[in-house]
Amino acid sequence: MKHLLSINDLGAEGIDEVCRLADHFTEVSQRPIPKVPALRGKTVAMLFYEDSTRTRLSFEVAARRLSADVMGFSVSASSVNKGESVRDTVATVSAMGPDAIVVRHRSAGVPQQTAAWTHASVINAGDGWHEHPTQALLDCYTIRDRLGSVAGRRIVILGDIKHSRVARSCVMAFTSLGAKVTLVAPPTLLPPAVDSWPVDISFSLDAVLSDCDVVYGLRVQSERQSEALLPSLREYTAQWGLTVDRANRLPAGALVMHPGPVNRGVEIAPEVLDQPNATLNEQVRHGVAVRMAVLYLLLAADPDLRPEGEAA
Amino acid sequence: MSIAVKGGLVIDQTGERVADVVVDDGRIVAVGPDLSGEEVLDASGYVVAPGFVDLHTHLRQPGAEESETIESGGWAAVRGGFSAVVAMPNTNPPIDCAAVVQEVLALGGKAPCDVYSSGAITVGRKGDQLAPIAEMAALGVRLFTDDGNGVQEAGLMRRAMEYAAGLGVVLAQHCEVDSLAAGGHMHEGEWSSRLGIPGVPAEAEELMVMRDIALSRFTGAPVHFQHLSTRGSIAMVRAARQAGVEVTAEAATHHFTLTDDSCASYDPVFKVNPPLRPADDRDAVREGLADGAVDAIATDHAPHTMDAKERPFDQAPPGMLGLETALALALTELNLPVAEVVGLLSWRPATIAGLKGVHGGPIAPDAPANLCVFDPQEEWTINPDDTASRSRNNPYAGRTVRGRVRHTIVGGQAVLVDQEMRP
Repeated sequence: MKHLLSINDLGAEGIDEVCRLADHFTEVSQRPIPKVPALRGKTVAMLFYEDSTRTRLSFEVAARRLSADVMGFSVSASSVNKGESVRDTVATVSAMGPDAIVVRHRSAGVPQQTAAWTHASVINAGDGWHEHPTQALLDCYTIRDRLGSVAGRRIVILGDIKHSRVARSCVMAFTSLGAKVTLVAPPTLLPPAVDSWPVDISFSLDAVLSDCDVVYGLRVQSERQSEALLPSLREYTAQWGLTVDRANRLPAGALVMHPGPVNRGVEIAPEVLDQPNATLNEQVRHGVAVRMAVLYLLLAADPDLRPEGEAA
Repeated sequence: MSIAVKGGLVIDQTGERVADVVVDDGRIVAVGPDLSGEEVLDASGYVVAPGFVDLHTHLRQPGAEESETIESGGWAAVRGGFSAVVAMPNTNPPIDCAAVVQEVLALGGKAPCDVYSSGAITVGRKGDQLAPIAEMAALGVRLFTDDGNGVQEAGLMRRAMEYAAGLGVVLAQHCEVDSLAAGGHMHEGEWSSRLGIPGVPAEAEELMVMRDIALSRFTGAPVHFQHLSTRGSIAMVRAARQAGVEVTAEAATHHFTLTDDSCASYDPVFKVNPPLRPADDRDAVREGLADGAVDAIATDHAPHTMDAKERPFDQAPPGMLGLETALALALTELNLPVAEVVGLLSWRPATIAGLKGVHGGPIAPDAPANLCVFDPQEEWTINPDDTASRSRNNPYAGRTVRGRVRHTIVGGQAVLVDQEMRP
């Protein structure tokens, strides 16, 4: 595999492989010196056109723990603000010889376009409403870690599905691993033609709460009010917020997940975030191991680099 | 100098027959067997048709000469067999007053085909205030449109229709309700949902088609619908015509050829407005062209620079080239008799553009010598670099098609001979 642009690039087997590698890198991360030489001499460029704290940091930490060099590219300080095109920027970054470029952009499809303009491996770190594959991978890893497997789990994805790249990647990842996914949102926050997605739909959180293994909350932004998608955040919270009362009705052991950053008190009550079944910090921690696995898979697992005769 | 086009199958509105055609001094002088001229163009095995008329061409001049000029677009036109094009008004400045019409017509003098100007319906194509339609009509403008924008206000559209009807000119509508389409970059449906690209629903087009049919019935003024792209739009136009409402319609080449799944590549070469639709809508466009609900094929030739078309999908401008590929795609994709394809490209659009008797035939003595000679069988592979346009945003790269223009004669001049341009 050359690039990771979509969860579909991996499929169920690929996701399993990432999780197995992540197990190993989780162990590495717990060592006194959490670093291996697997990618020594490799360079990973960060091309973030959109603000990001956790994803960018997570990729940087992952690359460094594999002994790769990291090339940071800060959009605000770069020539992008002088009107340079994405293609020219990609050409410039590529000319410095990175082995991988990690791209985040507010427009769907930019990682795919980037892949056509560089010899480096391209990793999608979030493109518009489209996909955020490494987020879905770390979520699969977290569910697997807590519940043993993703297969057969009943997963509720709650909130602004329409505008969520996380939701698109998670739906594909969870369903390809055999989970049963239910989307819960007001109809205005569901994507068009959602009946073509491999999911169930419910407009009522209360109706599905008592019958799930995971509630995966998504961020709901205040601008959805001005777009006439929601009357108010207050009404949203009343109908679809994961309040303390609703969290108490979850089956024992059901997980509360969220990709962050959380709009506290809007999609999830602050108290719920502090309960032991909330996995937000674990998700972030697993993000490093999973991104190490992805970088390793793309940059080190090239069959040509293996000793002669060893199977790929 | 007289030119004899020899041995072709002559097709015009009156029928088809094998004949030689001789043109001289801008006119057809003879049609019949065994004719000769000072120059002879071989047409054996070819079709000799009236020069094509494109109701919908973006020539980008004035204002965006980096992507096309009236001259370069004119050469693309004659390479596609077009002897006349109607230039759309979304230039900079827009064609919304006599001065800009005059500039376009003057620049048209450098083009190898006849260039007609459309005019905007409203000042600046902004939809607020009527443009000086009579002033532009006096210069020969016959088609008025805010193309790229639909006229949003029903009251303003009503007045524009009434005003235009009194002048004997036709309003052409780019049907799109902004409040439904705003922020969209492809057809809203399964593919936009998967790709995470904000969509434009079919209803954004259909609501305005519905409204303008009602306004046409109400005012008695004709209206022409540009680049219809949905099954619903075409069904409404079909029903309106049967009810005697004076509406006409065009379909763009790409809407009977391409579908919205092309956008999965995220290549903005597939971004166009109205957007590529699912296969069922594409099929409805084909049916409309076959049964007469849709009058004409238009190219919506819309050149854009490489830079513009390499932006992220949601930041790239909509539009694709079309002049040089329209005939071949129509012959390849539509499964219609050649004569019907010729009609969709020549006499039918000529009638809508008010060019009857000048373009679109008949091929008969004393008619203006505007001809297209094409090989209906030649197979060729579309190569975006093989173009007279200044732009390369051709979505058909690598596609093998059937039917190729060999010669184009405009006003008695052979401007394209065996695919070679003759400046």
